[in-house]
Amino acid sequence: MSDVTPDLVRHLANLARIELDESEVVRFTEQLGVILDSVAKISSAIDENTPSTSHPIPLTNVFREDVIEPSLSQEQALSGAPDQGQGRFRVAAILDEE
Amino acid sequence: MSELIRKNASELAEMLGKGEVSSVEVTQAHIDQISSVGDAVHSFLHLTTKGALAVAAEVDRKRAAGESLPALAGVPIAVKDNLTTTDAPTTAGSKILEGWIAPYDATVITKLRQEMMPILGKTNLDEFAMGSSTEFSAYGPSKNPWDLTRIPGGSGGGSSSVVSSFQAPLAIGSDTGGSIRFPGAVTGTVGIKPTYGAVSRYGLIALASSLDQIGPVARNVLDAAYLQDVIAGYDPRDSTSLKDSLGSMVEAAKNGSLKGKKVGLIKQLSGAGFQQGVQNRFAEALKLITDAGAEIVEVDCPSFEYAIDAYYLILPAEASSNLAKFDSVRFGMRVTPEGNPTIERVMAATREAGFGPEVKRRIILGTYALSAGSFDKFYGAALKVRTLIQRDFDAAFAKADVLVSPTAPTTAFKFGEKVADPLAMYLNDIATIPANLAGIPGISVPIGLADEDNLPVGIQFLAPAHKDAALYEVGAALEGILEGIWGKRMMDFAPKLEVN
Repeated sequence: MSDVTPDLVRHLANLARIELDESEVVRFTEQLGVILDSVAKISSAIDENTPSTSHPIPLTNVFREDVIEPSLSQEQALSGAPDQGQGRFRVAAILDEE
Repeated sequence: MSELIRKNASELAEMLGKGEVSSVEVTQAHIDQISSVGDAVHSFLHLTTKGALAVAAEVDRKRAAGESLPALAGVPIAVKDNLTTTDAPTTAGSKILEGWIAPYDATVITKLRQEMMPILGKTNLDEFAMGSSTEFSAYGPSKNPWDLTRIPGGSGGGSSSVVSSFQAPLAIGSDTGGSIRFPGAVTGTVGIKPTYGAVSRYGLIALASSLDQIGPVARNVLDAAYLQDVIAGYDPRDSTSLKDSLGSMVEAAKNGSLKGKKVGLIKQLSGAGFQQGVQNRFAEALKLITDAGAEIVEVDCPSFEYAIDAYYLILPAEASSNLAKFDSVRFGMRVTPEGNPTIERVMAATREAGFGPEVKRRIILGTYALSAGSFDKFYGAALKVRTLIQRDFDAAFAKADVLVSPTAPTTAFKFGEKVADPLAMYLNDIATIPANLAGIPGISVPIGLADEDNLPVGIQFLAPAHKDAALYEVGAALEGILEGIWGKRMMDFAPKLEVN
């Protein structure tokens, strides 16, 4: 059985910056446990010698020519921001007051 | 209902070329159909019909002036709402992006504009393309035109329902684990996932970057081929874009043939355990394939047993990273809690309010799969399974030109049937996921109706990477044989859409 606990779900949600409510914590604890129990069987298909594939087509160092092209203006880049000022994205305080 | 909307895209292109009809007439006929059935089917999240008519008028003007025009100029299309557009909102089916207008067009959109195809609007999807039914769209589900109480497939249920209810002859979808092919199968339409990298992903809101692929949605194979030829091609803005051309899909579809082809029947996906009506239609299709001169060979892909499990670790892992960009800073929603919160609390409150249940579930699952302590057991193991699946495909394609399976285990299910059970929902993709894990192309072609519910069944062909043309060849051949037997097209079986 899986070892997914409500505290683990709260911890993961915190890492992912999602402020779950308690009913979601309960539901996700149960569902995550079921999903992980089901997918855990993949470890029986492999051994330490099986190579990994992270990408369907092997690619290394893909570059394009270093030429100057038109790009988004500052105004365009800021156009979708919830808050902005002085040509910058405006956000809440980064650090806590303590 | 205007007869024009029942025409295939290639037929419309021909009529337009001969001057038998104007693009404004064609576009207006589809806009009228949107007005008539749009509310009942709920395919579109945003309409851009005014812009579409302007493009249509421009096409008509150029044609009258004797200018040479691209093949699909003047043929209207709908696009999935996870592609950025500068003239309409892009939401990806999520509340977190409600009302957002992108500052740039996706490469695929640019190509459609260059082709001078009137874009009718943006189609519905499960939030960030996570789902098989559109029930996870923050804006409500789309309906299956064959039966409005059933799902149109997902995530691209908006695009599949648009095309199957004649609101557009063509649409664009994106396929991460079957989001083009599964909706195609359950709505009696054709859906193709091209080879990974064949179509630029620039401007596609990423779900899982190593799996995502944009592709065509259409009512027949030739139409899909025309559309793939428009949207495919190298794009320096997508580092995974393929440099080499895959050739003309239109030519492949026009030369459709099964003769002499070796068709690999995948032992693990031969239909055992699938709905009986799906099995019956699939068995009949195999017989037709043999009768047409192809040879069926059985191929063994033992690692496919683990494909769904690997997929539901790789996808959430990549998605949890890709969706980190929705942080309330650069675009989209911002929710500020009471008091004097830090930016981290603003992010957490925003993401709690802006994301729906399936997105949260997958982000948390992906965060777990990537975290220290579980990485080797989950994400790391899934990457190894991915190698095994590629090896299975390599061995299978050593024996066969194309592989075949039913596209999906069932026909369209009813709303609410699977929405509370993530594992049941994930099983819809059992036959489609392996292609995404390996980066190879796949097509779903309708093969008739299931006996028990009179709903569409699809067959899936898979080909080696870069061999998309082989799919169009065999798909068009089988489609031609079936239409010959039926004496009509698949969509002619669809019941009249009951709308108020």
